[in-house]
Amino acid sequence: METFFFYAFAVLVLGGGILTITRRNAVHSAISLIVSLVGVAGLYLLQKAEFLFAVQIVLYIGGIMVLFLFVIMLVNLDEAAKERQFNGQWAIALICSAVVGLQATWFMTKGASALKFAQPPVVGHASGPVSPGNVEAIADVLFSEYLLPFEVASILLLVAVVGSVVMAKKRI
Amino acid sequence: MQPVTTVHYLALSLALLLIGTVGVLTRRNIVIILMSIELILNAVNINLIAFSNQLQNVNGQIFAIFVITDAVAEAAVGLGILIALFRNKETVLADEVNLLKW
Repeated sequence: METFFFYAFAVLVLGGGILTITRRNAVHSAISLIVSLVGVAGLYLLQKAEFLFAVQIVLYIGGIMVLFLFVIMLVNLDEAAKERQFNGQWAIALICSAVVGLQATWFMTKGASALKFAQPPVVGHASGPVSPGNVEAIADVLFSEYLLPFEVASILLLVAVVGSVVMAKKRI
Repeated sequence: MQPVTTVHYLALSLALLLIGTVGVLTRRNIVIILMSIELILNAVNINLIAFSNQLQNVNGQIFAIFVITDAVAEAAVGLGILIALFRNKETVLADEVNLLKW
């Protein structure tokens, strides 16, 4: 069953991604990107990352995509849709990406056995305390070990908010 | 069908990364270039979550949260720059922005 869901979500992710970069109309690209992001959220759920699943749905699909659609409405993309969609270097870009993909595929097939370095340890649930849920486990580590990066990330978001407002405003 | 392993997730992540890279390198529309960057960051996240699940270690998910934070900041600033650019130059095509070109 898990195998079936993995391949279903993989089709969503890759199909949405390919449609995103090939559509002429930017709104169609945005809708395809939503499909792709939903597939990624499903993969999070398959990998037992429930908190990230919720974050992906709320933040990406609810936040970033609405931002994209607003900008598509704000800037006039009708003229851009009539023009050439790919630039002059598309052939060499495809070749370079194919070479990188072949290399990575080669290493992945050669080194697949090396990825067995740490199979999930068999946790004795019977003796120990009840293992905490996903959200509790994340919060535990995020607010102790990663407290400083967490604060830095909040400052980064503040800077991004102020910066985007300053740039998008006509007259400051 | 054989069971899904970490290698499957890595292969899927690689494919998504390549799709995003091709989108960044070949498209002219800046909005779609920004969307391709989101695809690349999602490919990274799939990788992190796959290893987080394999190692039974929650640190990978923390990293994924930080990646998502960066993606949000990048999208907000990028779209702000895009609006400022469109107001000044009336174009959203990346190769028509050539003020600094020789």
